[in-house]
Amino acid sequence: MRFLFLIIFLSTSSLAQQSSGDSYVRGQMIYADFCVRCHLSNGTGETDLIPPLASADFLQDIKATVHSIKYGIHVPITVNGVRYNNTMAPMGLENDEIADVTNYILNSWGNTTDVIVTEKYVKGIKETK
Amino acid sequence: MPNLEIPWGMAFLPDNSLLITEKEGQLIHFQNGKKTIIQNVPNTYVRGQGGLMGIAIHPNFKDNNFVYFTQSSSIDSDEPGGNTALYSAVLQNNALQDISLLYKAKPNTKKGLHFGSRVVFDNDGYLYFTIGDRGNRDVNPQDLSRDGGKVYRLMDNGEIPSDNPFVDDTSAIPAVYSYGHRNPQGMTKHPVTGEIWTHEHGPRGGDEINIIKSGKNYGWPKITYGKNYTGTIITKDKALPGMEQPLYYWIPSIAPSGMAFVHNSSYADWDGSLVVGSLKFNYLERLTLDNNRVVNREKIANEIGRVRDVVLGPDGFLYLAVESKGICKIVPNP
Repeated sequence: MRFLFLIIFLSTSSLAQQSSGDSYVRGQMIYADFCVRCHLSNGTGETDLIPPLASADFLQDIKATVHSIKYGIHVPITVNGVRYNNTMAPMGLENDEIADVTNYILNSWGNTTDVIVTEKYVKGIKETK
Repeated sequence: MPNLEIPWGMAFLPDNSLLITEKEGQLIHFQNGKKTIIQNVPNTYVRGQGGLMGIAIHPNFKDNNFVYFTQSSSIDSDEPGGNTALYSAVLQNNALQDISLLYKAKPNTKKGLHFGSRVVFDNDGYLYFTIGDRGNRDVNPQDLSRDGGKVYRLMDNGEIPSDNPFVDDTSAIPAVYSYGHRNPQGMTKHPVTGEIWTHEHGPRGGDEINIIKSGKNYGWPKITYGKNYTGTIITKDKALPGMEQPLYYWIPSIAPSGMAFVHNSSYADWDGSLVVGSLKFNYLERLTLDNNRVVNREKIANEIGRVRDVVLGPDGFLYLAVESKGICKIVPNP
């Protein structure tokens, strides 16, 4: 938790506080359309193939989380100590949709955060290789 | 060939060079180690599983230079989003000329799921292409008046063949050849019988191989061997009267993409088998067939990556399109 607050501070004002309820519900629909077939409905992913989202340490870095949804993942990543050498294509989602699905993921399957990701914040995440 | 993102489809030209579609929208010509971007590809609506997808050349390409390709597109509809479109064009001087829209599925939707879309010619010159259920499984696949969840059949100029199965049904889309499909991302012609074979992604379990027959209903979502991603039941039925059974089904799903028969190949023992890419498990699956029954499964190129397409080249070697890698050729051990 302390770590997440630090992220908010570093990211300054673009993570505005607002009700996440509507965003969460919209994000759930995005998840069901674009994410569920690999990460599964309980967010567990698949052993050694697809990293979990439930209780995933990767998600503590919200900037990296948004970046991976916005631009895809093209390098090996480590989640909860396990290395995944697979790729994830960018899904072509709009910035508001990325905000919504991120809010859903950050608040599902036992994940919790006080951070609410906004469209403006997603817009500000530029591609880094 | 390295440095490709999502090579989705491949087609060899008579000069043994290769056309490759990148899902993001680029058409690439690969010859003598050199990559050339083909100009004038129509705008692709890139979202979810949609992009620039299938590619095929006309059976008389040598004389007419015609290529056929499918892409997700937002054109020709007032709704936001996109749906699958089929184009023909003349390939000339590294550009597409005389581009014709042969088919555009409707309506557009922002759903990211299940666009199809492979393109294959049969021995009589008819053109087949696939469109998935577009994430609307309870509405599209079983309704002949709606696009999605279908295999389509057209003449090479886009006209409707007079013997298509539903041309006399005024409520049906006349281009439809078979229905009740979920998301076919593999289609190929059998090298001996000339039949059109497809495979399609099941939900959780229940990926299928089918031989496509005129007017037949392949059952989705009324019958399936798969379940919802949540593990709940879609239907209790695995078979119903009037619906085709798959030639084979996978449990668990391998997420099949791309499909080719091995025939007159450079691999001594593989002729007669069917090869299918696995997106999920990162290998090429070789299925040994006996009287249209799968009698053995073998993993080829294990852990190579997400295999998006596979074709048998004119040189008798298999070529794989692997996501985030490129095109790989399978060479037998000496």
